Amino acid sequence: MLELSRITAGYDRRAPVIRDVSLTVADGEAVGLLGPSGCGKSTLARVAALLHRPEAGTVRLAGETVRGYRFRAPRALRTSVGVVFQQPRLAADPRLTLRELIVEPAAATGRSRELAGRAAELAEATGLGASLLRRRPHEVSDGQLQRACVARALLLSPTLLVCDEMTAMLDASTTAALVAVVEEYRRQHDAALLAVGHDRVLLRRWCDRVTEFPTAEG
Amino acid sequence: MALTTEPTWHARGAPRRGTRTLRVAASAALAAAAALAALLVPLLLPLDQQAVDLTAKLLPPSADHLFGTDELGRDVLLRSVYGLRVSLTVGIAAALAASLLGLAVGCLAGALGGRTDRLVMRAVDVFTAVPHLLMGIFIVAMFRPGIWPVVASVGLTHWVSTARIVRAEVLSLRGRPFVEAAISGGASRRRVVTRHLLPAVLPQAGLAAVLMVPHAIWHESALSFLGLGIPAHQASLGTMINGARGSLATGDWWPTLFPGLFIVLPTLAIAGLAGVWRERINPRRRSELVL
Repeated sequence: MLELSRITAGYDRRAPVIRDVSLTVADGEAVGLLGPSGCGKSTLARVAALLHRPEAGTVRLAGETVRGYRFRAPRALRTSVGVVFQQPRLAADPRLTLRELIVEPAAATGRSRELAGRAAELAEATGLGASLLRRRPHEVSDGQLQRACVARALLLSPTLLVCDEMTAMLDASTTAALVAVVEEYRRQHDAALLAVGHDRVLLRRWCDRVTEFPTAEG
Repeated sequence: MALTTEPTWHARGAPRRGTRTLRVAASAALAAAAALAALLVPLLLPLDQQAVDLTAKLLPPSADHLFGTDELGRDVLLRSVYGLRVSLTVGIAAALAASLLGLAVGCLAGALGGRTDRLVMRAVDVFTAVPHLLMGIFIVAMFRPGIWPVVASVGLTHWVSTARIVRAEVLSLRGRPFVEAAISGGASRRRVVTRHLLPAVLPQAGLAAVLMVPHAIWHESALSFLGLGIPAHQASLGTMINGARGSLATGDWWPTLFPGLFIVLPTLAIAGLAGVWRERINPRRRSELVL
């Protein structure tokens, strides 16, 4: 359960991007967040993923009130939210191969051995073959890179997945494939989803509930 | 028609590529010759640093003494090679020390950001305000003359530029989504730095380190010339030029010219190689000589 209540956040104290926004994502629920470009959807997504400290408001995750963000968030809490970013190019360290990219969260949490099999499963589920896994980000397409980013986000089995315009850079077939991967994961793990985007048709079909931004919900 | 003509960048790039190859070859050959001479000659031809022969003083270049002898009858060629050895040792060790220090300070400021960054960078500004040579002289003066005080003096005064480069680079990287992805994947601050940020700044820092070597060599020569670096009897390019200054007035040019060339040519070679490397890393910026 993710509860964002009365969040005010931004990058300049005098001019917050979002003011007093509330949003709740129940366990296992898929919520779509719609809004035009620049309205603060991504900022809210970053707050939900504990990557940005809001100036006001509270975030509760799995019944726990979040006190620290970024490095200050407890590791277990941080990794319980998986994030997929809009631009895979920027979200991938250009020095790592796709295989290293996918297993990086396991290496960072000291679970490389334990999760090696899971990483292979996810690579297969996202349609990445052995030859692609050996390549670096500049040698693959946006779609292929985004597949690796989805696999990376799912590796630590998060209970909530935040997809920030995950499919904005992709063609229809890759979009369909990645949404299918996410849905299959959610079915198996009963995980919740916060999908941010501006594609009304996609979010309506993908999510249980679609809400417009900004909302005064709650 | 347009499809059959050569792209213009190719035609324009060709002559420049030619001069670049020549520059690389000349620089590489010179640097290799200097390194080989500094490594091998002392093994084959020992030099008694204290020996003088006043009967053979200030002999012009000849078959016996290719570079002539100085005012104490010592062979200029052999002493120049020994001096080059000192210069290269100091240059490389000092550049390494300065770069590691700069890398550490830059990473600290860039990765922690916020108040730590402001505090560290203001301290760096204060440090920059004192002239390098002055502070270098101060550091050398605290110790007995020798190679290591000179290394410390150059290393402790030249880390600032590397720190600035590394800090700027780290600051620009740490806001990227791939760092956020790493945080979300459970990475600690240390892991983000060592796994994602440090590898990204290493090429820049390495280049800065190589560019620092010629600078450090000049600094060492300047300190020795002032009589502050290497002990006076020990062969060093700076002390040799300083000792031979008097003979210049009587028209004996060889004891100053050859050690001078031994400073200039290897440093030009190293700077030339580093310049080509920089063009490869950052082609938009034309490489200029930095000493």
